[in-house]
Amino acid sequence: MPDATASVPLSAQLIHLAAAVMLLLSFAMLAQRRLVSLVNLFAAQGATLVGSTLVVAYSTGQHELYLSAAVTSIKVVLLPYVLHRLIRRLSLQWDTETLVNIPTTMLIGLGVVIFAFGLAQPLSELASTVTRSTLGIAMAVVLLSFLMMITRRKAISQVIGFLAMENGLFFAATSATYGMPMVVELGILLDVLVGAFIFGIFFFHIREQFESLELSHLESLKED
Amino acid sequence: MPPMIMNGLFTQLLGAIVAVSLAPLFLGWVNQCRAWLSNRSAPPLLQPYLVIRKLLHKDAVLAENASPLFRVVPYILFGAMVTAAAIIPSLGTALPFAVCADAIALVGLFATARVFIALAAMDIGTAFGSMGARREMMVGFLAEPALLMVVFTASLICGSTALPTIADTLAGRTLAIYPSLAFAGVAFLMVLLAENARIPIDNPATHLELTMIHEAMVLEYSARHLALIEWASALKLFNYACIGFALFLPWGLAHEDNPLALLWALPLLGLKLIAAGAGLALIETVSAKLRIFRAPEFLAMAFMLAVLGLLVRLLLGS
Repeated sequence: MPDATASVPLSAQLIHLAAAVMLLLSFAMLAQRRLVSLVNLFAAQGATLVGSTLVVAYSTGQHELYLSAAVTSIKVVLLPYVLHRLIRRLSLQWDTETLVNIPTTMLIGLGVVIFAFGLAQPLSELASTVTRSTLGIAMAVVLLSFLMMITRRKAISQVIGFLAMENGLFFAATSATYGMPMVVELGILLDVLVGAFIFGIFFFHIREQFESLELSHLESLKED
Repeated sequence: MPPMIMNGLFTQLLGAIVAVSLAPLFLGWVNQCRAWLSNRSAPPLLQPYLVIRKLLHKDAVLAENASPLFRVVPYILFGAMVTAAAIIPSLGTALPFAVCADAIALVGLFATARVFIALAAMDIGTAFGSMGARREMMVGFLAEPALLMVVFTASLICGSTALPTIADTLAGRTLAIYPSLAFAGVAFLMVLLAENARIPIDNPATHLELTMIHEAMVLEYSARHLALIEWASALKLFNYACIGFALFLPWGLAHEDNPLALLWALPLLGLKLIAAGAGLALIETVSAKLRIFRAPEFLAMAFMLAVLGLLVRLLLGS
């Protein structure tokens, strides 16, 4: 029991490392107050995803995964660029906004991770790949992004939560099952891109109407 | 007496002596690096020794209502830190007395020291003392579980909570990427900063009343008592650095079977300390002091990282 890691091939070790970094970045996003840093963390998460996809592609010799990595790198470059522009245009740089205070959020996040790991344990037994145990981490990333969407008040950080969730899904697909069919992947990516742009337009409309991006303003149906 | 035990005793004694004598030097090195990095002219490397010597030559002044506890606390503090230094594998892993005290006991030893210094701070009844004591306890109760979790992550990998065994196992393994240890390492660094009154939590050089934690507690001490307390805090920093080396850079420690390895374990420890001191000074220079109410957040982050390390180890086995 003491040392099983050394027998695992290097590629699997690298994927495990990427998994751990993704989990770490999810927590960092959960704890981050500033929107600009939040976007940067999101970009870093995307970059980790690209890295792990490349490792999977190289180690399994599946060439379509290189394409998948290239497609994913759109999320590292284009989406953060769009989000940064949005933040600048809406001048939201210094926003601090959480519903629950941050230490509590992180403790809830820990609970979520334990839940996800417990959930994934029996599932990953079914897979046959070396890196199947990363499924738990991918699930944890998805659930943590959910948690971020719940605990944030501003629309833009909820959207980042949504995009991060998609990162988690992609990671689950590449590391646990060595990639989805390309059509599915492209479809999801297109959805996400279109979604991000539509959200961007929404932000402007929300702000025009309510002079703020706080979604709690949307809850009352008519103005008092 | 069999030679192996003699070796062990010698290693343990040497470890403690090296720690006690080098701790102020390490502190001086950190201070010097900090001064360089912030473009000030640096104090001499031996400044902490000079301070201790100066304090030892002065006459102690005690408050009228000081209880005996106030007088004995510096000795308890110093004793606890020397004991800790003796059971941490800083030079070699053959420590015969380390079997009586594993890493959990070590954390307990630090906690004992903290409780006594907090009690002594409240003993006189000044506002600063009790304020500092309360803050110290707040930082302490959050840092302790994080430190325990760091230790547990390493124990999970090695199957033992005894620090020498952990250091031996980690040094002997084949090189592999351990994300869990990386998490634990970052968490440990955060705990080290918080526990040793370093910059994101407390500024060791400050005398500004509102922000002091450690300094507020020892305001009432003077002369030889203060000298012992300063020495003990230098030792604490040294001890934490050595725990860090044992957990995360365990290479180059002397083993039970070749006592001659102690000869090069000592310069290696020196090199590690030089690097660690420079790194510590760099971290302190680039980070700003947190508001005291942000300290729980900082430490919750450390705790979370340590637990993540544990979970990643359990799930991925790496």
